[in-house]
Amino acid sequence: MSNMLDSYKDVVGEEVIYQLWQLAGALKGARVVHVNSTYEGGGVAEILHRLVPLQQELGLDSAWEVITGEAAFYECTKRFHNALQGNRIDIPEKLLRVYETTNQQNAEILREKLEQADFVFIHDPQPALLLQSCPNRKGRWVWRCHIDVSHPYRPVWKYLRGFLEPYDASVWSLAAFVQPISNPAYIIAPSIDPISEKNIDLDPAEIESVYEKYGLDRSLPIIVQVSRFDRFKDPVGVIQAYHLVKTFTPIQLVLAGGGAADDPEGEAMLAEVRTAAGDDPNIHVLLLPPDAHRTINALQRVADIVLQKSTREGFGLTVTEAMWKGKPVIGGNTGGIRLQVINHHTGFLVNTPEGAALRIRYLLQRRKELKRMGEEARKFALENFLLTRQLREHLTLMVAMIHEPSDRIELV
Amino acid sequence: MGDAFALKDCALIAISTGKRAQNLRELRDRMQEIPEGCIYYHFWGGLLHPRFDDPEYQNDFAAWAYHGLNDIRLAERLGIISPTDFPNLEDLRREVIEVIEERLDESELVPWSKVDRQFYFVHSKTVVFDTTIRVDDPVELCRLIPHLSTSTIFYHFIDARRRTPDRVNDFSRWLLECGEEYAALARRIADVDPYFLPLTEVRAQLSTVFQRHLPERGSA
Repeated sequence: MSNMLDSYKDVVGEEVIYQLWQLAGALKGARVVHVNSTYEGGGVAEILHRLVPLQQELGLDSAWEVITGEAAFYECTKRFHNALQGNRIDIPEKLLRVYETTNQQNAEILREKLEQADFVFIHDPQPALLLQSCPNRKGRWVWRCHIDVSHPYRPVWKYLRGFLEPYDASVWSLAAFVQPISNPAYIIAPSIDPISEKNIDLDPAEIESVYEKYGLDRSLPIIVQVSRFDRFKDPVGVIQAYHLVKTFTPIQLVLAGGGAADDPEGEAMLAEVRTAAGDDPNIHVLLLPPDAHRTINALQRVADIVLQKSTREGFGLTVTEAMWKGKPVIGGNTGGIRLQVINHHTGFLVNTPEGAALRIRYLLQRRKELKRMGEEARKFALENFLLTRQLREHLTLMVAMIHEPSDRIELV
Repeated sequence: MGDAFALKDCALIAISTGKRAQNLRELRDRMQEIPEGCIYYHFWGGLLHPRFDDPEYQNDFAAWAYHGLNDIRLAERLGIISPTDFPNLEDLRREVIEVIEERLDESELVPWSKVDRQFYFVHSKTVVFDTTIRVDDPVELCRLIPHLSTSTIFYHFIDARRRTPDRVNDFSRWLLECGEEYAALARRIADVDPYFLPLTEVRAQLSTVFQRHLPERGSA
């Protein structure tokens, strides 16, 4: 067995890795090409950096291609992204033409490889038009949607749907995100990578180092929220909750998020958060660089409770990350958070700063329950939301597509 | 002793039907038309697919009645339905519809959910594959149980009831073939109720039953 799979074996158990080998046996040598629009940054690239080498180790001839374009292309696809998430954003015809032309240009470079592949996974809308430029395609083409499309801006969805329906299948993160589409709509939930810097076990010294680095008080319980400074993550509501708790129980709060230099809205939000925090020495607003994965990891591990008090959320992988570290989560009653946080089992769902404060006090007064819920949260993440599960479902999907339309496929 | 036990494994992939329900009447209507695979998925699929719903409600219909409709009475009535009590999925479907009809009859208003709390009907495809592991005697099976994947447990202990004419799990059936001395163990295994437990717990319980009934050889 190879090294990368061995690393996962230590986390998920030998039987899980053995099962991957068994499934992959039916796909040995299959030519698989994943296509997206960036090698670095964003959740899709993060997944592909692991998924593709793992598929290769399992004997698939898996490759990853990235399409490129001018600034106007990315301007267009950024608008797609926002519109699919529900923002009313019209896209000028001129930008749509750039989008179409860019896909055609990339198809000139990739056509031979894509047409020869047994499976092509096109990730998100950016490369979605490659299919129509590959008329002699031999394999099965899958459009993988990583976006919450539960309430898309209709004109943009209508434009894209016409290009997506010719795919052999589509893959969505949750049943609630699926839009009516004529091809089979498979559901594969997102996952976290347990051996990435963000989630790997840290040695105690590294975890301890954040106390000194950020001036945390070892004698006070720590409440942590990790998220960019965005109104929908409600960081000001978190500070309100902190104040409500503080009148009864001394605590400290860490709000850690990514940089906001290129995001005017984020900068304004950060300023608002700093104003709300005032000069309270027990509120730590940390603006961290994008590669501060180990710091975030350590902060989540020193937390007594993790908050994700969003008022709007897609899936909410930060919740999964906290659960993986054995922390109960107090989360906003919205989107994917309420699919992961089960009251009294893995944390609490709340609707207001008052609700968050109440549940923080409740858990801090019941340490045994806090510990039990943290353990349950870790188990839930282990069984459901690690990358190996997503890999297994990708393999299952490919096997299922070879054997469609049967609902039960018996491999000899 | 009969043939060796062929250990198999399975993996499941979920597929959206595109159908949804926002109130109880819609749920009843959709229940009448959805394929059997949907009933199977919403009762058993949570064991093999990332499960989000409240572990107190073991099927998705009951969980939705509680979380989506806020109808605790209906959630309790749906939650107690055990799919293993029904000879086939059509009978199970009829029972669910019956419970819903009863609730509609006694409700002045049709219970409804918020738009972001709708019920989404899902079905699945299952891929079954041979692990190539063959087990020749019960002691060996006892030793292997704790190391089997949870989906192998699902296939032989739960799925077997759907695909075998006498609705017996594969372990018990094979033990009976191994000889009369294993009949008691076969019965004990059949008594394990898989419905309210995650598969890891089912595996642990099966292991315990095996160990207790093969104490000397099984613990080796």
